[in-house]
Amino acid sequence: MTGALVLAAAVAAAAVVPLTGRDYYATLMLPFFAYSVALLGLNLMFGTTGLLSFGHALFLAVGGYTAAYLGSALRVRSLEAMLVVAMVAAVVVAVPVGWLCVRYVRIYFGMLTLAFGMLFYSFLYKFYALTGGDEGIPVARPLLLGRAFGDLDKTGYLVGPYYYYSLALCVVAALTMWRIVRSPLGLSLRAIRENADKAAYVGVRVRRYRFYAFVIAAVFAAAGGVLLVVPTGLASPTLAYWTHSGNLVFMLLLGGFSHFFGPVLGAFVFIFLQDQVMSVTEYWRFVFGVVLAAVVIFLPHGLMSLVVRRVDA
Amino acid sequence: MIQVLNLLLGGVFHAAALFLVAAGLQLVFGVQKILNLACGSFYALGAYAGITAVTTALAAGVPPPLFVLVLIATGVALGVLGPPIERLLRTIYDRDEAFQLLLTFALVLMLEDVIRFVWGAAPYQLGGVYLLYGQVRLGAVSIPVYNFVVIAAGLAIAAGMGVVLTRTRFGRIVRATAENRGMAQALGVDMTRISTRVFTLGLVLGTVGGALVIPAGAAVNEMGIELIVEAFAVVVIGGLGSMRGAFAGSLIVGVLKAVAIALYPEAEMLAVYLIVIAVLLLRPAGLFARATA
Repeated sequence: MTGALVLAAAVAAAAVVPLTGRDYYATLMLPFFAYSVALLGLNLMFGTTGLLSFGHALFLAVGGYTAAYLGSALRVRSLEAMLVVAMVAAVVVAVPVGWLCVRYVRIYFGMLTLAFGMLFYSFLYKFYALTGGDEGIPVARPLLLGRAFGDLDKTGYLVGPYYYYSLALCVVAALTMWRIVRSPLGLSLRAIRENADKAAYVGVRVRRYRFYAFVIAAVFAAAGGVLLVVPTGLASPTLAYWTHSGNLVFMLLLGGFSHFFGPVLGAFVFIFLQDQVMSVTEYWRFVFGVVLAAVVIFLPHGLMSLVVRRVDA
Repeated sequence: MIQVLNLLLGGVFHAAALFLVAAGLQLVFGVQKILNLACGSFYALGAYAGITAVTTALAAGVPPPLFVLVLIATGVALGVLGPPIERLLRTIYDRDEAFQLLLTFALVLMLEDVIRFVWGAAPYQLGGVYLLYGQVRLGAVSIPVYNFVVIAAGLAIAAGMGVVLTRTRFGRIVRATAENRGMAQALGVDMTRISTRVFTLGLVLGTVGGALVIPAGAAVNEMGIELIVEAFAVVVIGGLGSMRGAFAGSLIVGVLKAVAIALYPEAEMLAVYLIVIAVLLLRPAGLFARATA
């Protein structure tokens, strides 16, 4: 019950941020919403199922490039259409990739996903005619529910309608994932994480369920990818680079993968800490390396484990 | 014909550096069971430090032809970083691979900024020594003799590693530890000491690789995180933990890249990753699975 109150308060707090007039912080919230959506999916694979992907940024890139391509080449302006097509594209990519990847676990799974991520990265980077190469593809301002908000400037659009759109999508993603984790599928995935052999013994089809987790995670990541590229206005190949995948796992661990809302907290702390550290020093990577090392060594269950005892992802 | 030879030599030159980094990766994976993402950063560190060392040495009056020794010495001297970094990694030896991978990722982030802090963000070059040993003319193309020096050094180090691993007491202990850590420990192997030494050796292979290759190019901030994915392709193709695999894998990746650049530049890395994926799917343990360490 207290948990529900805290959540309601958090969503309400997020909803009033744009009203404070501090547009800068409101624009920082936008990548937070995008990463939250993606990480909720990624955690179904890592926290719930126990598979560590080091190439998940591939699906963020699928989402980002789908949005960019629809907008620039096909003149599709509706964000809903972009989201739907991106999620379908993610399924199309994730089915063969996931089918191959889930045959392996542990370090081999990580390596195979990393290889697929880098494969996609070099495709984006090298096939200039199709993907814009290292310059990427610009993302035009999409319509939200069919409305252009032409009277607003870029910031007004982003901290106004787009902000609430992202927040709403983030809430929908969290509710959906909450249902998935608590469904028989989620229970089976947890059983696989705890002991794959025992799970198989009681009738869980291990490989098939891992595959489901992979595809669902990809769909969430693609939706997050769409949300991510609209504020920056650009889909670039670095979206798929392996260090981006590393950062995703970093956020997951920072917040705590063993709690349902750990990834969301991780994304929040990562983005605001990055902003603060970058304003102090250009060597923010060093600081983040130290933070990551400290979390790995001293706080394996992330910041969430400081706040709540209960472990239920 | 000459063109093909030139192409192959270019590939082998790249393979030599790649082999050193991959060998370090294999050694550490063999003994500590950690896939060290930071070994690309060691390579970058070796490159930057190598440039500074050679520039300083030449200014101090060291005869220019000796620069290659300065480079190797720099790589070896960077070995002092091995024990403290290994001490950090020791905290997570008995944890899940996910944490081990992430701790080495933390090292990647830190080392990238250390390099940026010390040497800046602009490309850093070692001018004037690359062609010091002259060039070999083969018909229409000329190949710097230094390329052969690097290839020879790579082969010599590979041979040296082979001798150390198969003929010496240290090598036997390393192989025994890679095979069965618990049993080796039960037989009296000091795990702490062997881990420190193996990690330091792995690091030195990377730094020497970076130092040796740098006269031929420029050091850039991203060189470490770019090389690591190649080194990683090498170990997957060759088989994790296998030294022979690292050797064959780096030749495959080096030559494949060179050929791809000549025939169809867009496919440069695409070709490498496709092979990686094919190997992972068809022979997940790699082409040289049986040989340990």
